[in-house]
Amino acid sequence: MSNVSASVFSLRDVTKVYRMGEIDVHALRGINLDVAAGEFLVILGPSGSGKSTLLNIIGGLDTPTAGHVNYLDHNLTQASEAALTDYRRNHVGFVFQFYNLIPSLTARENVALVTDIVKNPMRPEEALDLVGLTPRLDHFPSQLSGGEQQRVAIARAIAKRPDVLLCDEPTGALDLATGVVVLEAIDRVNRELGTTTAVITHNAAVADMADRVFDMADGHVVNERRNATRKPPNQLRW
Amino acid sequence: MRALNRKLFRDLRLMRSQALAIALVLAAGIAMYVAYFSVFDSLQKTREAYYAENRFADVFAGVKRAPLALISRIRDLEGVSQADVRVVVDVTVDLPGVTEPMTGRLISMDFPRRRPLNDVTLRLGREPEPGRPDEVLVNEGFAEERKVGPGDRIGAIINGRRRELRIVGVALSPEYVYAVRTGDLLPDPSRLAILWMERQALGAAFNMEGGFNDVALRLAPGASEPAIMAALDDLLAPYGAFGSVPRRLQTSAWFLSNELTQLQTAGIFVPSIFLLVAAFLLNVSLNRMVAVQREQIAALKAVGYTNGELARHYMGWSVIISIAGAVIGTGLGKWLGVGMVGMYNAFFKFPALVHHVAPEYVLRALAIGAVAGLVGALTAVRQVANLAPAEAMRPPAPERFRQTLIERIGLKRHMPPAIRMILRNTASSPVRTSLAILGVSLAVAILVVGLFFVDAIDELLRVQFEVIQRQDVTVTFTEPTSSRAVYDLQRLPGVQQIEAMRGVPVELRHGHLSRRLAITALEQDPVLNRVIDSALRPVPLAAQGLVMSVTLGRVLDVHTGDLVELHVLEGTRPVRQVTVQRLVDDYMGANAYMTLDSLHQLMRESGSLSGAYFRIDGAAEAPLLERLKRTPVIAGLLLKRAMVQSFKDTIQQNMMTMVLFNVLFAGLIAYGVVYNSSRIVLSERGRDLASLRVLGFTRGEVSAILLGELAVIVLAAIPVGLAIGQALGALLVWATNSELYRFPFLVTPRTRVFAVVVVLVSAAISGLIVRRRVDHLDLVAVLKVRE
Repeated sequence: MSNVSASVFSLRDVTKVYRMGEIDVHALRGINLDVAAGEFLVILGPSGSGKSTLLNIIGGLDTPTAGHVNYLDHNLTQASEAALTDYRRNHVGFVFQFYNLIPSLTARENVALVTDIVKNPMRPEEALDLVGLTPRLDHFPSQLSGGEQQRVAIARAIAKRPDVLLCDEPTGALDLATGVVVLEAIDRVNRELGTTTAVITHNAAVADMADRVFDMADGHVVNERRNATRKPPNQLRW
Repeated sequence: MRALNRKLFRDLRLMRSQALAIALVLAAGIAMYVAYFSVFDSLQKTREAYYAENRFADVFAGVKRAPLALISRIRDLEGVSQADVRVVVDVTVDLPGVTEPMTGRLISMDFPRRRPLNDVTLRLGREPEPGRPDEVLVNEGFAEERKVGPGDRIGAIINGRRRELRIVGVALSPEYVYAVRTGDLLPDPSRLAILWMERQALGAAFNMEGGFNDVALRLAPGASEPAIMAALDDLLAPYGAFGSVPRRLQTSAWFLSNELTQLQTAGIFVPSIFLLVAAFLLNVSLNRMVAVQREQIAALKAVGYTNGELARHYMGWSVIISIAGAVIGTGLGKWLGVGMVGMYNAFFKFPALVHHVAPEYVLRALAIGAVAGLVGALTAVRQVANLAPAEAMRPPAPERFRQTLIERIGLKRHMPPAIRMILRNTASSPVRTSLAILGVSLAVAILVVGLFFVDAIDELLRVQFEVIQRQDVTVTFTEPTSSRAVYDLQRLPGVQQIEAMRGVPVELRHGHLSRRLAITALEQDPVLNRVIDSALRPVPLAAQGLVMSVTLGRVLDVHTGDLVELHVLEGTRPVRQVTVQRLVDDYMGANAYMTLDSLHQLMRESGSLSGAYFRIDGAAEAPLLERLKRTPVIAGLLLKRAMVQSFKDTIQQNMMTMVLFNVLFAGLIAYGVVYNSSRIVLSERGRDLASLRVLGFTRGEVSAILLGELAVIVLAAIPVGLAIGQALGALLVWATNSELYRFPFLVTPRTRVFAVVVVLVSAAISGLIVRRRVDHLDLVAVLKVRE
């Protein structure tokens, strides 16, 4: 069971419009949301529903066009570039669908990128051990499989002991078996370290491992439900 | 080491061939900077020390003949700290086995020397002993060329009789660092012997006992040079003064200063071109790298790296390359500098011209490199800062393409898709394409300008010796001689034609402007030595009045038809008014001409001549020259054939080296720009080209698309480069034109073709290297593209 306590995130009427090429995209239309410490959230929705945008705003990668976002006592809404960078640096761990590892650095060095710049990080080796990659410490991304790369990305995200772990389609590029391994790593981080975790996916099966699930469509949250129990990742099927 | 720094070094290693190309371009620029300025510095410091050590005079004056008693009045002039008087005479000299005439300048000196002005540095042997009238010192340049030294003899034709002088020592003088005879374009050490002879002996030979014909002054600090020069001229006026000359206009000093100025100018101008190209290459490469690493940058920002940290990271790439280039360039520059000084030693005779690179130039070179690196990185760094991480995680919007102008005017139907791709690709990044075109065109321009100089000098020579001076021998007399005696010379065997001339030192005045020069009076319709305008047409001399150079006209602010005051500076020193009949745009000097008849009328003298031009029969050259050498009235003999030969020998060798470096550097720029552009294009289009391969295009067809884009850049650059080269050449001609010479401005077709060929070859080499990469495109990776 997760520790559901005070709200760490609160979003009020968050709206986001951005320009892509020559078109205006309305990604979020008035989102209201609270996240408690230690929760494991899954945000479900089809492509274009606004889930990545929501994650980016929570993670301080983007600011809303309208509305408010707060993390504890940090107001992220109108935060400056420097303040957002600081927030991300010290509080947030990101995992992206396509891993975004630095190809010219080994697994260990990719994690070291993060441990170099924060106070009181884990050692890179520790983080990689948590995701089961000790035998691959000195391999380059090109020498790792998709699943292994994603686990390096997770290790990189957690090495700084973040308060929040945000995962954008972590298993999107992976097959079932590998995907399960990755989800197990994320699950372990949430249970053992108590990190508030949010996972975005279009794969409904993943929702079963969450505390709460949000369904999104066309920039709105259309449904919110709580799971009575959380299924372990190895029981998920898609 | 921090992981981010590791990334930097690994990235650099991945792009090492591009980085090397850029570093080399920068190195070339830095090398020129270090070479030019270190040579300038070495030359200048050596000059200052030499002038000071040997007490090089501040003011020089020549006079017909003044009594020694005058020296105390000269010394008493206010501001004069030291004054020396001498006898200086030009004679013809000869050596056993040498037929061509050589000039000897006899200069009197007191031996043993007691710290005189214009002191010599003894290099070999000893000073002449007092009471040994035939002992002389000879200058080192002549001694080396003619392989003579202490113990050898040299003949001097003094008053028509050959006298044997004994060389007892070899010396150097600050007055003759650049030793050039009047009438020569270039120093010819083998034909000008400077001979220092004991005062009494020289005076006796030329009826100068108790007198002098040359004055040298040292000024006290803070003294007024113009005032002293005026006072000196007043003192010397009664004795046939030719007008005093400050040090900066003394022949040797003037040439040396000129050379130093040119070194400075070149040292700024030439490296700047390279630095600009290098900064451009850095800019373009770094921008591309940032574009390619878009997602990595986004990830780094997501993870919490600040803009400052990332900016420093990417700037580091740029600065490391440019510092590496600067270090290579400094080493190369030092090596070039040593070579340049070696070349200078042939022309400028110093006791010890050593090349050294002052530490300040090394530091400046490194600083310049660093600045180039920083400047090159600016736009890329801004791109990094502006990159919104969220947006960067999204796949980039499809690049915007439009149909090009050519297609829109209806030619689309005739163009295969490959051609359309090439045109649209080049049109899609207009700024970058334009800059690449500009970069390659600079390479073309550099070649055009460099080769133009070769052509210009060839043309100058041709005009001088085939159009203007068509005589074989020029003869000057010891003093104005009757025309009868001169025309008698016509009867000597081997003489085909003689034209007489008279040179008179005058001062021309127009209003408050004045200029001292020698007027050249020629026969009415000269054939041998003519006045030529810039269209290479002979200018007829008016029966009355003056024809003068446009340059002189500017100095005196005169136009055709104006009257000028002519003050003759010899003989009875008459003053007359003359009309300026015509202004001529000639190539060399600030000259004034009139006909012999009108000059004689003006001077109210019956027709004396100071020199003659001979056309001779080549077969009879040797005996004729011997005969002429011994003719009493003849003071100097110049053989055109020998002048042209020595000019070709010295200049052309140096020209070849310069052309070689020119070609190398231009080729390097062309290679660097094309290689860089091609790598970037490959990086941008690689996926598209691989897709084409998957679809069934052959390697050749796909290479053609890539190389086609490069070909468009190079071909567009050629006319641009030729135009820039033409403009730069004209600018340089305008900048270097002086009173002494004006370069003709001509860019021959040969130059243009050569420039184009070098750039095409360079670009082709670069293209072939990149083609190998196209052949190895990873087709499979393309299929994994995500949208």
